Amino acid sequence: MPEAEGPTSPMQETSPASVFGTPQVTAVGVPRRQFLFSIGALGLGVSLGGRVLDVVLASEEVDTLARTVDPNHQWVMVFDLRRCDGCGDCIKGCQTEHHLPESAEWIKVYEMHDTQGKPYMMPVLCMECQDAPCVRVCPVQATYYRPDGVIVVDEQICIGCRMCMAACPYGARVFNWKEQTGISPDLYDDRPEFTVPQRQGTVGKCTVCVHHLEADKFPACIESCSMDAIYVGNLITDSASNGRETVILSTFLRDNDAFRFREELGTKARVYYIAGHGQDLDY
Amino acid sequence: MTAIAAPRKDRQRLHAAALTPITAERGWRAHALVIGLALIVAGGVGAYIYQLINGIGVTGLNDQVFWGLYTVDLVTFIGFSYGGAMVSAILRLTHASWRGPISRIAEGSALVTLLIGSLFPVIHLGHPERVWQMFTRFQINSPITWDMLAIVSYLLATVVLFSLPVIPDVALFQTQPELAGWRRRLYRWWAAGWVGTPEQRQHLRRALTTTAVVIIPLAVMVHTVLSYAFSLTSRPGWHSTIFGPYFVVAAVYSGVALVILATVAYRRAYRLHEQIAVKSIINLGYVMAALGVAYGYLLFTEITTEGYVGEESAEVLLFSLVLNQWAVLFWLFVLAGLAVPVLLVALPRTRTVTGVSVAAALVAGALFLKRFLMFIPPLTRPLIAGEVATYAPSWVEIAITLAAVAAIPLLLIGLFRIFPVLDVHEIEEIEDGSDRSPAPRGASA
Repeated sequence: MPEAEGPTSPMQETSPASVFGTPQVTAVGVPRRQFLFSIGALGLGVSLGGRVLDVVLASEEVDTLARTVDPNHQWVMVFDLRRCDGCGDCIKGCQTEHHLPESAEWIKVYEMHDTQGKPYMMPVLCMECQDAPCVRVCPVQATYYRPDGVIVVDEQICIGCRMCMAACPYGARVFNWKEQTGISPDLYDDRPEFTVPQRQGTVGKCTVCVHHLEADKFPACIESCSMDAIYVGNLITDSASNGRETVILSTFLRDNDAFRFREELGTKARVYYIAGHGQDLDY
Repeated sequence: MTAIAAPRKDRQRLHAAALTPITAERGWRAHALVIGLALIVAGGVGAYIYQLINGIGVTGLNDQVFWGLYTVDLVTFIGFSYGGAMVSAILRLTHASWRGPISRIAEGSALVTLLIGSLFPVIHLGHPERVWQMFTRFQINSPITWDMLAIVSYLLATVVLFSLPVIPDVALFQTQPELAGWRRRLYRWWAAGWVGTPEQRQHLRRALTTTAVVIIPLAVMVHTVLSYAFSLTSRPGWHSTIFGPYFVVAAVYSGVALVILATVAYRRAYRLHEQIAVKSIINLGYVMAALGVAYGYLLFTEITTEGYVGEESAEVLLFSLVLNQWAVLFWLFVLAGLAVPVLLVALPRTRTVTGVSVAAALVAGALFLKRFLMFIPPLTRPLIAGEVATYAPSWVEIAITLAAVAAIPLLLIGLFRIFPVLDVHEIEEIEDGSDRSPAPRGASA
């Protein structure tokens, strides 16, 4: 791998707003939580955003299933495995944010082995498949696509049949076997995007922390990742950020030979991986 | 045509025999049996109330093995019901003359086991009180929705399959003086004005033929769709084209075994040796053995196609099943569920009522084990990487399962304390040869 060239070359000084906000809003400059983002950025602008939108909407990525599509946000995630050391901070961050018991891991970190038997760490969460087996098999439509492509579970509706767990090829769904206690009623939330506490007898899963994204914050796993290995991106603005730097998503994925996990299953996942094994990347 | 009014001597004996479970004096052993079974069922009901109060977490299930004993029960009990329905329907359509004395018991076991089996899809839910949403938030793409539709329609068909042939019999016995008043009133209502005119007989025959024709594809459908809950996932060990027929054959196989057990039990308990001929039981044994061979063939095909190619995830699973972790249970199934039962029927020495009964008992138990081996080991394998998961059913799951097992004899006893245990009308029609005339022959007679 060329010295630091791969990942840095697609990097541009783009506004964090290009990841979270609508392209139009970028120019206006709504106040942001500046500590999260690199400063002094150039927005990708309405023109680029609009062009990407056309491409995205025309691709089968979105229109395979008849559903409303958010024209401004289509979330994706990227895991740079060159940086992941498997510390598990993302798991803890996720559990803290969603008030999960220790047994419930919406993001799991697996130790995998490459062809040389060399170990590498691989975080796995909900792949936000755009042809999702779990959505298809739910008998009560309790799990569904949001317009921004994120799949959520309405725990007020879920009957707890666990068919989605059988269907998910990534083991991303976690059942709430036990009643959760010790959470202050002030924190209770009923939204499918952010259910607190998790309701017993229903299934839970990663929501890409859309409640954070909508408030222009990063998902909890990204916030807690000290290795900057996790990116959240927006297909519409073609940008992604790990909280420290912002990249052009398409270039970043292409230049680093990003892949999707179990591509052969045809799930059209929205989580990408860049192969690696925790080597030191000096930018 | 035999008139109801003046039965012959042997007919009188047949009529009396059909009512023995209702009229016979009951000793302390019969009472002890019913009380014992009722206690086990009550224990299961109590366990389920405990689960309702404390939630689905009282099971031994976990995120990897998220389906367990309840799923095994679901498939096993609905499978049992399949045998009764198929035996009754196929033998009726093929005019097998030996079906007479067993058809009522077959239809009764089909009904009873399906009633029990169709509880399990609800019992296994995390939120059973929301099950109505399957109608209000209908989702046609879901295999669970297909299961629900299939089970509900099959349940209706099974109720019809049991209720229709009862009509001439309850009409016959509605004036029987030794029956209690409520039973005679029920019979009169159920008989719906049946007096046995040629026209009525023809209507009934047609209705029964239609039911039989409908119930066979319906039952095939139910079991195929049940298998889809597993095979329409991408999981190694589940994602298999053979699962549909695999489920169907297993279901009839175990169901015929149950019909044999119930028939032999009633034959012994009420001394119906004269009415239920050895031939009927042996013939059921032949049917069961043929299905056993067919199931063995499917098992062989499954293992060969998976094992020969040796795709990694499938091979690891197969190795644990056949040679490693699950091997004892697997080979126990092959021995007790396939080899021994088929041999017991095949060898003339053991082809007796006792031999066939032992074979049937082995099959019924072994198929429960086989369902366990089909569902649980694939779930214990890690989907991506990591540890092999474990699953041990909790006392709640075991109590509910035992209750379901005990409910089969208990409900059968209850059912045949209400309705005659032998299909008198059908037996008489077979003797007269009038069961073979779907054409309006009776109209001119």
